[in-house]
Amino acid sequence: MDIKRSYYEDIELFKSNTILVWSILFLVFLGILPWLVKAYHLLGMSIYILNLITINALVAIGLNILVGYTGQISMGHAGFFAIGAFTTVIFIVNWSFPLYIALPIAGFISSAFGFILGLPALRLKGPYLAIATLGFGMSITTIIKHMEFFGGRMGLQAPKLYLFGTPMKDIHYYYVIMIIAVLMVIGALKLIKTRVGRAFIAIRDSDIAAEAMGVNLTYYKTLSFAVSAFYTGIAGGLYALILGFINPEGFTMIMSIAFLAMVVVGGLGSIMGSIAGAALLTYLDIKLQVVQDIPAIGPALVAFSQKYMSMAGISNIAVIVYGLIMILIVLFEPLGIFGFWIRTKRYWKTWPF
Amino acid sequence: MLGQLIVSGLAVGACYSLLALAMVIIYKTSDVLNFAQGEMAMISTYVAFTLMESHHVPFQWAVILTFLFAILLGASFEFVFLRQAKEPTVLGLIIITLGFEMILMGFAGWKWGPDQRSLDFPVSNIETYNLFGLVMSKINFWTIVISLVLMFILFLFFRYTKVGVAMRATQQNQLAARVMGIRTKWILSFTWAISSMVGAVAGMLIAALGVLDPTMMMDPLLKSFASAVLGGMTSLPGTAVGGAMLGIIENLFGGYVSLAFKSVVAFAVIVLMLCIKPSGLLAKHYVKKV
Repeated sequence: MDIKRSYYEDIELFKSNTILVWSILFLVFLGILPWLVKAYHLLGMSIYILNLITINALVAIGLNILVGYTGQISMGHAGFFAIGAFTTVIFIVNWSFPLYIALPIAGFISSAFGFILGLPALRLKGPYLAIATLGFGMSITTIIKHMEFFGGRMGLQAPKLYLFGTPMKDIHYYYVIMIIAVLMVIGALKLIKTRVGRAFIAIRDSDIAAEAMGVNLTYYKTLSFAVSAFYTGIAGGLYALILGFINPEGFTMIMSIAFLAMVVVGGLGSIMGSIAGAALLTYLDIKLQVVQDIPAIGPALVAFSQKYMSMAGISNIAVIVYGLIMILIVLFEPLGIFGFWIRTKRYWKTWPF
Repeated sequence: MLGQLIVSGLAVGACYSLLALAMVIIYKTSDVLNFAQGEMAMISTYVAFTLMESHHVPFQWAVILTFLFAILLGASFEFVFLRQAKEPTVLGLIIITLGFEMILMGFAGWKWGPDQRSLDFPVSNIETYNLFGLVMSKINFWTIVISLVLMFILFLFFRYTKVGVAMRATQQNQLAARVMGIRTKWILSFTWAISSMVGAVAGMLIAALGVLDPTMMMDPLLKSFASAVLGGMTSLPGTAVGGAMLGIIENLFGGYVSLAFKSVVAFAVIVLMLCIKPSGLLAKHYVKKV
C-alpha cells in the first residue's frame, strides 16, 4: 500500500486523495475563518490574533528547518525577525518600494545575515552554537538601537498600505499573510522531501556520517541558516506591517526563546507541529497578558496578587506559564504536539487492541 | 585614563567571572549549559533585598539567609526538573534551563514588579580609594576583593576537600566515579547548590554596582557566556581570567572607540574566540571521536 514506485511519488505533496480533500477543506476553512471569528468570537479570537499566529507559525517553520531538521540550535532568531521588520519598513518608507518587492528583499537580506552567521556556526556545536547565536540576536538589536538610520531607540512607524485605493485593515492583511504563509508552508514541505531536505536530516542525525556520504557540510549548513533566516525575515516584515510600529526594544532574547519554545512545543522536525505550537503559544501569550479578564481564574489571581504579589506585574503570569510548558513538554512529551498527535492516531488505528 | 579604564573594567569583569564560574562549574560536571544562571542570581538578590528592606534583617544575616536560599534553589531545580529528564538531548537540556529562566523571571516580575530598586550594600559607591595614583570607588575595590577571595576558596575547595575531589572525579567519568563509591547524583545536586551560591554573590555585586530589576541579568548573562568561552568552558582559572579580560576589553572599547556599541564587544569576542581557538585560552580541547 505504501510502496513508492518512483522518486516523484516520494516527493509528492498529497500522498492520497483523502489528504488532498482534507487539505482543500482546510484551505476553505482558512478562507472563511475571519467571518467565523467575527460572527462568533470563538474563544475571544480576533483577526489580529490570527495574523499574529500565522506570522509566528512562519518563524516557527523557519526555525524548525534549522533546529528540527538540521539539528543546529539558534537562540538569535529575534535578530533575523528584527532585520526583516526594519528592512521592509525602510524599503517601503524611504525608497517607496511596493510591498511585493520590499518583502522578498527583506527576506533575502535576512538570509544573507543567516549565511554570515552560518559561517562561524560551521565550527560550533550544541551549547557553543547556542551561545554564539544568542550573542548575535542581542547584538543585532543593540546595533539597530544605536543607529539613527533605523530610528534609534524610538523605532519606526510602519507605512499605511493601500489596496486598490482603500487603506488596508486587519482583514486585508489576513488574506495577504495567509496566501504568503500557505505558499511558504508548501515550499517548506517540498524542501524537506527533496535532496536538500534529506541532506539536512542526514546532518542532524550525524554530521560526520553525512560528510562521509558526500553531503557538503559547509554548503548545507549555511544553506539551512539562510533558508531559516529567509522565513523569519519575511515573517518579520509582515509583523512590522500588522503592528504598525516597530522599535528595537521589542526584539528581545525572550522573543528568541519564545520562537524556540514554539518549535519544541509543536514538535521538532514537523512542519505541521510548528504551526500547532505557534498557534497554541501565541494564543496563550496574548490571553494570559490580560489574565485578570479570564472568567473564574482571573479574579482569584487578582486577589492573590493583591495579597502576596504586585498588581503591576500580573502579566508576568504569561511568562511563567510559557516556561512551565517548555519544561513539561521536554520532560513528558519530547516530540511535542506532533508526538501527541502521532500517538493518538496510532491508538485509534489499532483501537480494539 | 588608561589605568582608570582598566581598573573599573576589572571590577565589572570580576562580576562576569563569578557568574561565568557558576556556569562552568555546572557545565563541567553535567554538560548542562545553564541559561537560568542569571535569573537564579537575580532571584537570590531579590531575596536579600526583601529581607533587608521589608524585614529589616541586618546585612550579614541577610547574606547568610540568601546563601541558604540559593543553595536550596539550585539543588531543588536539579532534583525537581533536570533529574526527571530521561536521555535528554543537548537541546532538551537547554530548553529546560530556558524554561526555568522564564519561570524565575516571570515570578520576579510578578512578585516585585518592574520597578528598578537599589540594593543596600554596606560599601558606598560614591566614596573612593586612592591606589597608586588611581581613583577607585570603594564598591569597585571590594567587588574585586570579594571575587578574588571567593575564587581562592573555590580553588581550595576543588583541590583539597573530599567533596571537591569527588566532584572532579564525577566530571571526568561519571560511571567510574560511581564504581568508586561516589554518589554521583548527590554530587550533581551539590554542584548545582554551589553554583547557585556563587551566582548569588555575583548577583548581589552586580545589583550593588547597578540597579536591581527583573531584567538586570540579560546583559551580564551574555557577558559571562563570553567570559566562559574566552577561558574555555571547562577551565575554572581560564574562566576567571576570561571574565577579567572581557571586562577590561569592553571598558577600553567603550572608552576609546564607541560607548554605544560596548555591549556588542562580547558577541565579537565569542565569535572570534570560537573561530580562532574554540577550546579557549586555558582549556584542553577534545575532538569527538567517532
